[in-house]
Amino acid sequence: MSVTSFVIVSVIKTVIALFVLLTAVAYSVWLERKVVGHIQNRWGPSYVGPFGLLQPLADGAKFLLKEDLTPPHVYKPLFIAAPMLSVIFALTSIAVIPGGNWIDISGLHIPLQITDVNIGLLVILGVTSMGVYGVALAGWSSNNKYSLLGGLRASAQMVSYEISLGLSLIGVLITAGSLSLRSIVESQQGHFWGFIPRWNILHGQEIAFFIYLMSAYAETNRIPFDLPEAETELVAGYHTEYSAMKFAMFFMAEYANMITVGCLATLLFLGGWNGPLFGPPILRAILPVFWFVTKVFAFLFLYIWVRGTLPRFRYDQLMSFAWKFLFPLAIANLVVTALIVALRS
Amino acid sequence: MLHLVLFSVFGAICVAGAVNLLVQRHPISSALSLIAVMASLAVEYLLLGAEFVAAVQVIIYAGAIMVLFVFVIMLLNAGQEEKLGGSRVAILFGIPGVLVGSGLIAWMLLEHSGTSEVTVGALPGAPNTIGWLLFHDFLLPFEVTSVLILIAIMGAVVLATREEIPAPGERGNV
Repeated sequence: MSVTSFVIVSVIKTVIALFVLLTAVAYSVWLERKVVGHIQNRWGPSYVGPFGLLQPLADGAKFLLKEDLTPPHVYKPLFIAAPMLSVIFALTSIAVIPGGNWIDISGLHIPLQITDVNIGLLVILGVTSMGVYGVALAGWSSNNKYSLLGGLRASAQMVSYEISLGLSLIGVLITAGSLSLRSIVESQQGHFWGFIPRWNILHGQEIAFFIYLMSAYAETNRIPFDLPEAETELVAGYHTEYSAMKFAMFFMAEYANMITVGCLATLLFLGGWNGPLFGPPILRAILPVFWFVTKVFAFLFLYIWVRGTLPRFRYDQLMSFAWKFLFPLAIANLVVTALIVALRS
Repeated sequence: MLHLVLFSVFGAICVAGAVNLLVQRHPISSALSLIAVMASLAVEYLLLGAEFVAAVQVIIYAGAIMVLFVFVIMLLNAGQEEKLGGSRVAILFGIPGVLVGSGLIAWMLLEHSGTSEVTVGALPGAPNTIGWLLFHDFLLPFEVTSVLILIAIMGAVVLATREEIPAPGERGNV
């Protein structure tokens, strides 16, 4: 591929990926309000457009038109930078996530992914671990006790759960033998006994998936682990002092992180874009992307379902759950997986 | 060519961040410039072909250790540092000392290192190579280091949980 076509293809892929991600962010907010509404015997958004489908657009316009308050006594440079940091790190990790197989357009062999690096998983972990700064600095620079407490809670919680999150992924890495997300998905092709798919979740990594699920909820500050923004104790936690588009940036970052976590779960545990292929060639080209999107959607639905069902943990319960239950369980899972792989080879 | 340009740019950012760390008066600003230093160091490693070390640099140093630094600064709510005049001896001997020292290091590097170019990826940098080196060739130092860190952690736990020693003849309230 020549340099010019490489640049053009990369730019097109980036624009498409960002457009899809931002649209998905907007509509997962709509989905959440709708599903939680039905769980709680309400209708959810239903006035703007059919089924309230235009609600995200109305919300976006509202965020842009609202007055952007900056309270006195905040540390201004960081107060402004914090939401930007959050949203930048949340959107960056989409760059290494593959959404499907290769496609051939006019002689170019293009992967459905912005860039395929062979340490893709580590890049995602690095970017998400930097995402803590947005929340922590927002809490500190707001100069408000509720914000500060929220920021402190968020950084302690994210550092604690990052350990079990990382350990739960190592089991998958051992079975796949690679850090590249594409080869991890390719290692999950095929079936057991002809019909059970060879996904990691059905291939000895059930406990790892459970640990990943719990840690991912905590990493994205979602119920039952949404202590950093617990509204009954902390008003709104780290984003108490934020309004208009700055608040919307935190909101977008949270939902973009949910989508990243869903993509990662799909790639590592649910077989990525593997699924039954049939029909004419054009359908065969589209189906992998369809399976990938369906799995991510199922994961997001689970997220929202849990939010509508479970109450919030207490803070000491949250911490002892991370250190006394998930962490030892993750290490045990890692040792057992390593033993099995070593005995087999 | 592009590699060299990027390497110099991020090297400059690294040095600027380090200088800013010393100049800034507020602990949070210093911590943030340290994060910039760590992140640009990671890019330097990446440009040298050490992709695994670069990723780990970001995850461990910029993502975990510096979060704890920032966490502690926020928790203690440390204020602005007081500016002291600085001792005259330090200025008199420090600045010429730094100049002479860096001149010596630069001279030694220029005299005693090879001038041949190394292509990116020629040196070990892939995760499997590093894993092989760590768990095969350097197994003993690796394990000894982990024991050392374990000792440090245990020491911290002991120090943190130490209770007041009851005076002789007085029973501690257990």
